[in-house]
Amino acid sequence: MAAVQETVDQVKAIDVDQYKYGFSTELEVDKAPLGLNEDIVRLISAKKGEPEWMLEWRLDAYRRWLTMREPTWARVAYPKIDFNDIYYYAAPKMNAAPQTLDEVDPAILETYKKLGIPLREQEILAGVQTSKVAVDAVFDSVSVVTTFKAELAKSGVIFCSISEALKEHPELVRKYLGTVVPVTDNFYATLNAAVFTDGSFVYIPKGVRCPMELSTYFRINERNTGQFERTLIIAEEGSYVSYLEGCTAPQRDENQLHAAVVELITMDDAEIKYSTVQNWYPGDKDGKGGIYNFVTKRGDCRGKNSKISWTQVETGSAITWKYPSCILRGDGSRGEFYSIAVSNGMQQVDSGTKMIHLGKNTTSRIISKGISAGRSQNTYRGQVSAHRKATNMRNFTNCDSLLIGDQCGAHTVPYMECNNASAVFEHEATTSKISEDQLFYCQQRGLNPEEATALIVNGFVKDVLQQLPMEFAVEAQKLISISLEGSVG
Amino acid sequence: MLEIRNLHVSIEDKKILNGLTLTVHDGEVAAIMGPNGSGKSTLSYVIAGKPDYEVLDGEILLDGQNVLELEPHERAAAGLFLAFQYPLEIPGVATMSFLKAAMNSQRKIRGEEEMATADFMKAVRAAADGLGIPQDMLRRGLNVGFSGGEKKRMEILQMALLAPNFCILDETDSGLDIDALKIVSEGVNALRDPKRAFLVITHYQRLLNYIVPDSVHVMAHGQVVKSGGKELALELEATGYADYKTLAA
Ligand SMILES: Nc1ncnc2c1ncn2[C@@H]1O[C@H](COP(=O)(O)OP(=O)(O)OP(=O)(O)O)[C@@H](O)[C@H]1O
Ligand SMILES: [Mg+2]
Repeated sequence: MAAVQETVDQVKAIDVDQYKYGFSTELEVDKAPLGLNEDIVRLISAKKGEPEWMLEWRLDAYRRWLTMREPTWARVAYPKIDFNDIYYYAAPKMNAAPQTLDEVDPAILETYKKLGIPLREQEILAGVQTSKVAVDAVFDSVSVVTTFKAELAKSGVIFCSISEALKEHPELVRKYLGTVVPVTDNFYATLNAAVFTDGSFVYIPKGVRCPMELSTYFRINERNTGQFERTLIIAEEGSYVSYLEGCTAPQRDENQLHAAVVELITMDDAEIKYSTVQNWYPGDKDGKGGIYNFVTKRGDCRGKNSKISWTQVETGSAITWKYPSCILRGDGSRGEFYSIAVSNGMQQVDSGTKMIHLGKNTTSRIISKGISAGRSQNTYRGQVSAHRKATNMRNFTNCDSLLIGDQCGAHTVPYMECNNASAVFEHEATTSKISEDQLFYCQQRGLNPEEATALIVNGFVKDVLQQLPMEFAVEAQKLISISLEGSVG
Repeated sequence: MLEIRNLHVSIEDKKILNGLTLTVHDGEVAAIMGPNGSGKSTLSYVIAGKPDYEVLDGEILLDGQNVLELEPHERAAAGLFLAFQYPLEIPGVATMSFLKAAMNSQRKIRGEEEMATADFMKAVRAAADGLGIPQDMLRRGLNVGFSGGEKKRMEILQMALLAPNFCILDETDSGLDIDALKIVSEGVNALRDPKRAFLVITHYQRLLNYIVPDSVHVMAHGQVVKSGGKELALELEATGYADYKTLAA
């Protein structure tokens, strides 16, 4: 159990502050004026040099957003957000579009180095890393660099920031943007459509198996700034891609908003594997500060026998409101959702998935592991629906909750909707507590309480960790233990 | 050597042990018998350091060291092992991984090097073979879905691996079939050593035919009410506990 040992050592090495990404970077920034109005929307679009239709799209979204209300159905509580007290655009001052890493501000490069994100291709090639990972690094409102673009282009894969895609491949963006998450889908998605600043764009051509792991690393740095990320991934017929996103933010007393939209599209026989390791600043132990993570993620299995798989490890954010979903449109398509949601301190998590079965012989699998500690609240909210034509659809859902201590809460809210008599739903749910007896048993064998807790938690999340790419699974395991630090009395 | 002097213990304001005194010497196998609810498991938990028990008076010394001052994992590292009456399940944690974590944690507390993985695996396999535990069980979650008897065998496997110097066996014989009882007893006998002592809690004389004790102690109402040699167990088998119940009351 080397990993457990490593985890425990790492936990011990961190004393008061367990969030090790809480530093901020001093930079000259180019910032939009405070607040939101049509001029801000125009300004963002102009900064990005967008085509006219994109500006119209944004303005349309903005006008619709003005008529919408914030959703209140989630089991989370927070003071009303003043949307005019947020900066909607902040970018480090630098060359319009850095062509090489040498043109990127060294302070930014230093930031990614501190975060352990490899941006220099040569270093990655020379390094011990066994598999190559291409990275798109998004810093506040802009993408600062995307690695391995040239190498990926050789196999026809497009991997760049969405701003760049709007310039280089406008026809592709226009064809797919907003086709999975419509502009007026929900309050935050509509806000995102109006003011999104950057994110990643991935296009895998027909029959191509993406030659390396792709990833985007989101960093919020500026104070009082919202991050509105937009990601679009298209996998053409028979293609495959595995994509990972990671997120961190400095430790600040004020809350910050992150409202992202991610759209995935798979054509016949294509597969997208999308993994998230979300580690936004969670706030301090009394609930001061932290990121509001209000995210809309949805995949559309448009083609026959296509597959979309979401894996998420959620340890950060003060509030998480997030339901990565699959629309199983193509006959024989498959959706998967594997989730580990850890909450500690005063964190609030309301997360889950939706599996919308439209096509024949569609299948979905949901494995959710919620771990609550401290005074946190952790809710799984899931919906599985079988439409009239979804003959022989099958769903399997398993959601387990683990409580550490007795001041936290775990809740499971499953919705099921069935309009086809041949549909098969299987649902399992458990709630357990790390019992004093289990801890004592482990201690009797020589493990200290921290080691014992790490061991029991690792056992609890094992099924989901196995879904992550190897190198991230180890990271995630450490992260989970760190997030739970101080939860054993 | 374990010395327990005048031990008074309560849990949730209920007094369970009432001035218990008992000494077990190195190399000795001491059997404890006594009616249900007399406090046998409580005694084993208190020695191992389970939270929630309040020690009101008395002391427990292991080789002269006051164990009441130690955390449970420190007691384990000091050589104290408890084979549980009801072993716990740890889902998702492969038995092999658990054993390794336990072994290395104890070594770390004692300031020893970690055991090389190859050596460790070899030791586990040998111990498992000796106890008739199939290899594939070592890959399963610890005790998850194990039968009652399998769990008890796994306790003995852990004991053999961790090589403690004071072993408490709480009703290890209950739940074992006739063959398993023999195998487990042989496992325990193989560990008998002039430097190692055992406290064997049981309800049945049968176990003591295999693990022949040096002394037998009868517990009632949280006290040792009678001590003797191995013949005392036979006597109890014939007469039951009726005399002792009234004796202490
Ligand atoms: N948490 C508790 N709260 C109150 N009473 C308890 C608690 N735990 C144990 N007891 C009581 O303490 C007494 C001794 O229990 P213990 O388990 O030590 O008995 P035992 O001798 O091991 O019995 P058995 O032979 O049935 O295993 C019992 O009356 C039991 O009900
Ligand atoms: Mg008992």
